[in-house]
Amino acid sequence: MTQFFQQVVAGLASGGIYAALALALVLIHRATGVINFAQGEMAMFTTYISWTLTANHGWDKWLAAGATLVIAFIGGAAIQRTIIRPIERAPILTIVIVTIGLVLIFNGLAAWIWTAEVRFYPSLFPNDTVTVGGVAISMIDLGTIAVVLVLVVLLWAFFQFTTVGLALRASALNPDASRLVGIRVGWMLAIGWGLAAMLGAVAGILTAPTTTLDPTMMQAILIYAFAAAVLGGIDSPFGAVAGGLMLGVGLNLIGTYIDFVGADLRLPVALLVILVVLLVRPAGLFGKPVTRRV
Amino acid sequence: MSRPTVTRAELVKGPLFVLAALAILFLPRFISDFRAQQFAYVGIYLIALLGLNILTGFTGQISLGHGAFMAIGGYTTAILISNQGLKIGSHTFSGDLKDVWTIPLAGLLAGLVGFLFGFPALRLTGLYLALATFAVAVATPAVIRKFEGFTGGGAGINLFESPQLTGVGGTDPITFEERPGGVELWRFSIPTFNEWLYYLSWGIALVMFVVAWALLRGRVGRAFRAVRDSELAAASSGVNLARYKTLAFGVSAFYAGIAGSLLAIATTFVNPETFPITLSIFLLVGVVVGGLGSLWPLVFGAIFIHFMQIEWAQNADGAIPDWLPLLGDLETNVPGAPAVAFGVVLILVMLALPGGAGGLVRRLGALPRRLNRRAA
Repeated sequence: MTQFFQQVVAGLASGGIYAALALALVLIHRATGVINFAQGEMAMFTTYISWTLTANHGWDKWLAAGATLVIAFIGGAAIQRTIIRPIERAPILTIVIVTIGLVLIFNGLAAWIWTAEVRFYPSLFPNDTVTVGGVAISMIDLGTIAVVLVLVVLLWAFFQFTTVGLALRASALNPDASRLVGIRVGWMLAIGWGLAAMLGAVAGILTAPTTTLDPTMMQAILIYAFAAAVLGGIDSPFGAVAGGLMLGVGLNLIGTYIDFVGADLRLPVALLVILVVLLVRPAGLFGKPVTRRV
Repeated sequence: MSRPTVTRAELVKGPLFVLAALAILFLPRFISDFRAQQFAYVGIYLIALLGLNILTGFTGQISLGHGAFMAIGGYTTAILISNQGLKIGSHTFSGDLKDVWTIPLAGLLAGLVGFLFGFPALRLTGLYLALATFAVAVATPAVIRKFEGFTGGGAGINLFESPQLTGVGGTDPITFEERPGGVELWRFSIPTFNEWLYYLSWGIALVMFVVAWALLRGRVGRAFRAVRDSELAAASSGVNLARYKTLAFGVSAFYAGIAGSLLAIATTFVNPETFPITLSIFLLVGVVVGGLGSLWPLVFGAIFIHFMQIEWAQNADGAIPDWLPLLGDLETNVPGAPAVAFGVVLILVMLALPGGAGGLVRRLGALPRRLNRRAA
């Protein structure tokens, strides 16, 4: 039973990371109907920036993480303005290919600048355990869960209580009407990309200590985030968080208790989740089914 | 049902094709053995690109996971050739087949899997299909690693000097004499393994090219294009969406399987890293550069993806430009350079030249007519 609870907590921590990245995907998909395949690589790249700031320039790790979030926001918005905006109305295939281009660029740049050498990225939290009712829980896991929870609450408050948040929601819901009432929809989309890049950076900074920092770090995480977003409903922010946590816990338990799956087959299991959800209930658990008018 | 009549444009294309085939036949006489090997890879990539373009360029179904179909083909060939004691059930593989005979089997198996994958894919459109195929490609190496007894796991399968591999030279284990590689084909002697590889891959590529051309010019091709341009319009004109989409998946995967099989023979080795997610992405780059919905211009795409990988890895000196901020004095290397170049080219082509090389050729071809019209 102790093992079970430990696995659940660890699952919630990794699930929180999937949730953060899934939230980034959902944010962009809601606003523009696009899936950003480069979300994971962007997250990896920003994590390297944070690493450089601490390891090479001696910054405090919290300060570096904060600066990285700002850089991620600006970078994400800049990518939307320069690369995504010209193809906004292009066919889906074009947009997918362009985000794949971004995958290659960020992956290549990271390997180019920092080499594929594996780096050690220290956690923001002490490498310690607390014991609750006989169950040893890692501080890193607790910290990760806390960061993700705070993030989700902040994001919710931002969308719910600020004018910019309202404008963002409006332009996602009905761009033309928003334009008519004077919302600068183009900039709202840029802010959306910025926020998504920021969420990605958080996911990257939380992931790096649990694995190692290298250019392929986020590839698997991105698939888990896809699975989480699809499971929760690709248009539902609440669904993304719930999906992420469910997937994290589920994969951890399956990996622990089903020997055949173990640690090796988690990725195929996530793939299976994606396929089954898309085939059986394309709107996900918390999304609204879309009816298409023909 | 009337047979498609041969158009005048096609009458010109016939002799051009024969000329190209002759050029391909005699090219190895003028280039080094090493270059012949490189062009063999170009032929292999061309086959994969033809397949991917049938699916993505002509039928409009995005696949970011074609590397997975190549993996099926590659592993089929590798497992059938090898005698490393790989087994499935009670059967142990012990060099069962000569390499060339495994190629069609590899294609058929991959084609069957692709055809079956086409059924769930029917319910996935656009973005979701891209997502699902991407996930397939990322998950493939993990699956290969898991079934170690059958696939050799992470260590892979070594085919070098396997007796079932045609034309490989090597050292005689007893006399230590160098055995020359090469193949005698009728009265035509191919002196080295690399040249044999070249003729094998280009011979197959030419056949596959003609097959693709014949398939796409008639009824099936029209149905594919109708599905791409508007599923709704296609369905209401009586095109059976399910039939043609699964067919496109099957044919496309067949091509990928053949290419994967040839890749395994060419590298004489397969492991999970032979078919990484980047392979799937590079194939997409090749199709975009060659031109979505083009056939022969895909040669440019194949040349592009093969030579960019090699040339960039060899020639770039590894200096990061000084103006890049924040980097300090980190040690540098260039493994990422080709990926960056691919990404930039991909985006630039999509922004500026959505038709790729094929679109450029068509535009240049239309230029004289437009100039004439202006002059008149």
